[in-house]
Amino acid sequence: MAANTNDIAGQTSKGASVHARRLLSYLVLIIVTFLCLFWFYVLFINATRSHSELSAGFTPIPSTHFIDNWISLKNGTQPVFTGMLNSLFIAVATAALATYFSTMTAYAIHAYEFKAKKAMFTFILMVMMIPTQVTALGFLQLIGKIGLDNNAAALIVPAIASPAVFFYMKQYMDSTLPLSLIEAARIDGSGEFRTFNQIVVPLMKPAIAVQAIFSFVTSWNNYFTPALVLHDDAKKTLPILIAQLRSADFLKFDMGQVYMMIAFSIFPVILVYLIVSRQIVGGVTLGGVKG
Amino acid sequence: MVPLVSTVYNSFFENYRAGLMQIGPNYIGFENFKTIITNGDLPTYLQNTLIMWILGFIPQILLSLLLGAWFTDPSLRLKCQTFFKTVIYLPNLIMASAFAMLFFTLFADSGPVNSILMQIGVLSHAYKFMSHVWSVRSLVATMNCLMWFGNTTILLMAGMMGIDPSLYEAAQVDGATSTQIFYKITLPLLKPILIYVMITSLIGGLQMFDVPQVLTNGTGDPMRSSMTLIMYLNKHLFSKNYGLGGALSVFMFIITGILSLIVFKFTGKEDKDGR
Repeated sequence: MAANTNDIAGQTSKGASVHARRLLSYLVLIIVTFLCLFWFYVLFINATRSHSELSAGFTPIPSTHFIDNWISLKNGTQPVFTGMLNSLFIAVATAALATYFSTMTAYAIHAYEFKAKKAMFTFILMVMMIPTQVTALGFLQLIGKIGLDNNAAALIVPAIASPAVFFYMKQYMDSTLPLSLIEAARIDGSGEFRTFNQIVVPLMKPAIAVQAIFSFVTSWNNYFTPALVLHDDAKKTLPILIAQLRSADFLKFDMGQVYMMIAFSIFPVILVYLIVSRQIVGGVTLGGVKG
Repeated sequence: MVPLVSTVYNSFFENYRAGLMQIGPNYIGFENFKTIITNGDLPTYLQNTLIMWILGFIPQILLSLLLGAWFTDPSLRLKCQTFFKTVIYLPNLIMASAFAMLFFTLFADSGPVNSILMQIGVLSHAYKFMSHVWSVRSLVATMNCLMWFGNTTILLMAGMMGIDPSLYEAAQVDGATSTQIFYKITLPLLKPILIYVMITSLIGGLQMFDVPQVLTNGTGDPMRSSMTLIMYLNKHLFSKNYGLGGALSVFMFIITGILSLIVFKFTGKEDKDGR
């Protein structure tokens, strides 16, 4: 009886606190949302204002110079459009290679029994821990030797070996890909590559989609390696151009143009993200369960 | 197939780099290492990197835990979850260099932030964000935190949702408060994912480059207080000082290796009974 009343009392006090906590969590979420979006809002506002308006101070209302800034950016000295195309090309190729080959590697480790299997898995994990920057020196020397310096291929081909993607795929396979399925395919006379391409890859689709997006974004945003590899203006990717903008004596620039360029490199990603955000957020959750 | 390729690929690098240092145009043995340690740059830059990482990571993990717990708490039933998740994940996808450039222009002496602060009367004259040690460091940390807390939140949430709901139900039946549930059930069961997040964040933190590089134009000003290890390496690679760059790379490698080992050892115990 006493226990019963305690229970009920506990229930009601919890009921009250749920409301308080809900209020608190909404408050924090709104602040966080504000913190996340504020910068982009300011960026958007400032991209619509002319240089003289910008130097006069900040106002929260968009102005009318969006098109002007756009035109001056287009006619400006920075090759933003080629930069964007370069970025796009490299990022797409990287994403495709990284996901396909990492899935294949993960499949090999997952489905086959061979002697060095465990060692290889550990080894790949160790490689994952090595920052790319650490190997950058050897990498630069290597591409210099084989004549890939100043060539986009030097950025794309290494994507074949991307341990982080592999690790994710392996985790995902552990939870979703039953070995019996592969055996069944083998018994039915399917070749190994066919099994991989027609059974494993479709099953892995959610994981592949997520990792493709991540590889794409990582490559799109990558600044360190491309800055060291690419030297020609016509080959440079967007991040390098942004950094150049920073190192130029930028206070002499038309500030509207500067904001426009930042907006130009940020907003496409935001747009794409808003379209596929459900899949991305869901996908991170999907694969992360086992991680 | 690929692990083999990557083996050859990576072992090639290791050899190559080591060979480079020892053979080089002029054999100088460990002279590079000596230079790099004794001229005092390396410890300073390591310290800078770690300070900025910690400044960014602590608020990030706290915020992520809090948000993750709230999002997964069934008794709260938060609305617009998808919207909030979308928003908090957004900064992660932004080009770091563009984001840094944006912050640089926003926090410039005559930038919008200063003008807002002056308009509402917080400041009487512009605060030079770029010429104070801690304001630059805080800016870098803020950016890192903003860019990564959404990612961390989603990872942690995934972990939290992977926890058997019957545990929560049992705790609720036993009359545990949500604070108790969080500390006694969620946190211990979340440990593997927390550790994973920490490893990746630490390694990412050591690789911190884009943000401070673009924010300070590669100088790490003021007084090189926001110069990170990778910025230093980048400088050497750009000036083709491969000897010192190589020595620095090896240091980075060792530091990362040790840190990863510590974290692995730390998780090793949990893993055995956890899986």
